[in-house]
Amino acid sequence: MDLILVNLIDGLVTGLLLFMLSAGLTLIFSMMGVLNFAHASFYMLGAYFAFQISLALGFWMGLLLAPLIVGVLGAGVERYGLRRVHQYGHVPELIFTFGLALLIEELVQFIWGKNQMPYAAPEILQFTAFSIAGNSIPAYKIFMIFISVAIFIGLLWVLTRTRVGMIIQAALTYPKTVEALGHNVPLIFMGVFGVGTALAGVAGVIAGPVLGTFPGMAFVLGSIVFVTIVIGGLGSLWGALVASLMIGWITTFSKAYNLRMEDLLTTLGFTKPEAIADSPWRDLWSITSPQIADILPYILMVLILIFRPYGLFGKRGV
Amino acid sequence: MSDQITTDPTKPAQRMRAGSMVLPLTPWLIAAVALLILPFIFTNNSAITIMNQMAITIIFALAYNMLLGQGGMLSFGHAVYAGVGGFACMHIINATDFFANLPLPLLPIFGGLFGMGLATIVGSFSTRKAGTVFAMISLGVGELIAACSVIIVAFFGGEEGISGDRTYGLPFFGVEFLQQIEVYYLIAAWLMISAVLMYLYSRTPMGRMANAVRDNPERAEFLGYSARWVRFYSFVASGFFAGIAGALFAINYEILTEENLNTTQSGIILLVTFLGGVGFFFGPIIGAIVFTLVQTVLSLQTELWAFYLGMIFVATVMFFPGGLAGLIMMHVPAWRLGKLGHLAWPYLKTLGGGLIGCLGAAALIEMIFHLRHASIGDHEMTLFWTTFDSHTVLPWIIAGAVTVIGFAICRATAPAMVEAWNEANAASKVTT
Repeated sequence: MDLILVNLIDGLVTGLLLFMLSAGLTLIFSMMGVLNFAHASFYMLGAYFAFQISLALGFWMGLLLAPLIVGVLGAGVERYGLRRVHQYGHVPELIFTFGLALLIEELVQFIWGKNQMPYAAPEILQFTAFSIAGNSIPAYKIFMIFISVAIFIGLLWVLTRTRVGMIIQAALTYPKTVEALGHNVPLIFMGVFGVGTALAGVAGVIAGPVLGTFPGMAFVLGSIVFVTIVIGGLGSLWGALVASLMIGWITTFSKAYNLRMEDLLTTLGFTKPEAIADSPWRDLWSITSPQIADILPYILMVLILIFRPYGLFGKRGV
Repeated sequence: MSDQITTDPTKPAQRMRAGSMVLPLTPWLIAAVALLILPFIFTNNSAITIMNQMAITIIFALAYNMLLGQGGMLSFGHAVYAGVGGFACMHIINATDFFANLPLPLLPIFGGLFGMGLATIVGSFSTRKAGTVFAMISLGVGELIAACSVIIVAFFGGEEGISGDRTYGLPFFGVEFLQQIEVYYLIAAWLMISAVLMYLYSRTPMGRMANAVRDNPERAEFLGYSARWVRFYSFVASGFFAGIAGALFAINYEILTEENLNTTQSGIILLVTFLGGVGFFFGPIIGAIVFTLVQTVLSLQTELWAFYLGMIFVATVMFFPGGLAGLIMMHVPAWRLGKLGHLAWPYLKTLGGGLIGCLGAAALIEMIFHLRHASIGDHEMTLFWTTFDSHTVLPWIIAGAVTVIGFAICRATAPAMVEAWNEANAASKVTT
């Protein structure tokens, strides 16, 4: 029971982190129809900028400034890159963001090198918040949860309660009408892209100390974020939240509990072959759940795309 | 070979040719002769290794372009089909009894069939939609299979991959493929066969329908064609040729690892194809040749080659979505008018200036890199055959000045080049 609680918290942290990335990505997608392949790269830039700022001004200034810089960069990419490529169609847009992801990874290696950066959580948060049956929960994790929840509530409030949010929501469905009413839709697009990438930047700042700040960090998380928004339904904020938490918990639990395929197959009535070392099925028998934890989201995505192509909460077919 | 894939319906001549399966012989003959005599020009082993690599990449890129260029489907996991074809071939090579009765040159057929088999399974659900959905499914399936390679050790061999010995096959007219050069001719033969087949495929009604579905799926459906099945057939055909490329990889390197399947490999093939140009049949060929050269030659010179390549790629997507082939084909009208010569001098001025500027910028980038990452106390660096101290001011001034001057020339002469371009393409205006 205690272990379940610990895993619930761990999964929640992973899930909320994923959500911060997927929220921006799904907003950008529903607005512009562009899947931003470089989204996770902005998350990485957030971590690196925060590291560099924290060297000079400390962690908290990093938390404040790095997302701002990332957001401005993102807005610039939209204004001078994507808007230009937009005329060629959606596929070149996707290829453009893909190239951008490659370029940012190389750029990060160019500036900071290939090694992991010594980016650590601030002193003030380096203590044990509480412990459950001998498993200590660091305060930094609680801090991460609070930040992400605060951002989610803030986002929801802006989108549903403010005038800007109303315009954004209207621009999602009827961009032409909104433009005719005198709103600057390209500016809204740029703003949403900037805010979306800034959110990814925040995620990078707070994830950097836990998951490590290294050039491959975008690659590790990048495709999982895509999987998340596809499962949740492209363009749905609630779907992104549910899918993020689901993936967070599924991966955490399958890593924590060592379920073996052997047991499953035996329960189903199969008998283990005697000469297991020569059997072509030997890998099937030896699969354990921690081994496949990282590919479970992909399997889930393929299943979702086959059986429910518009995702869990999506309103339109992708 | 050089005619455009998108036909212009206003030209009756092109409309007539669209359906016919005539092979324009001259370019193919030139290509075949070039493949035959290349090993006599570049005789050393490393050159042959590069050419083998190039030929394999060409087949793979052409197969990829069947999807991206001709079918309008962007795949982020195409390396999987080449990889699985290669792995299957490796298992055939290792199945000694069977392999002893099989001439090695026939092996790629099996690779193709395995690639096709996997493409049939995946394509049955992934080709329902094009565009973003297809891209996402391809990414998911690609990641899935790449991740499986560490789990399913029996087939993929885990971390260290699987290896074999190609020489155990049935000797083919006495040739046992012990030497690199023999393998080169095997690969070159398969390159010709696959390229001709892929070209002919793009001329069949099936290939033409793939173009139609790419451009306007709704209209194609109204004409009575199922867009989904058209996409499915393109996907399966592409999987077959990707499998052939994988099999040739297995024959050439005699080892396959997880690296042949993963997303990086899929990304590279997208980069190669797009750089070459997706709009024309010969685009991926140029892309593969240029990419392999850049990869092998530039990577010897600088650690930052991937950085430069990334910049070139992003610039291509932003400014020349037609790729290198598109750039070349832009000059066909001027050539037909016989005015290509008028462009030479303006080009030399502007592009020469740009090139100087780029080299200067590259020098600055290399110096920054050296300044940041060289070990402490190591102040000496060699750039463009000169050795200097990167911690002194002078080299920075020189590199900076070269950059500024180069780009200034480029900028100053650009209007003249645009004018020359417009004039070279104006049919009516008589030049005096």
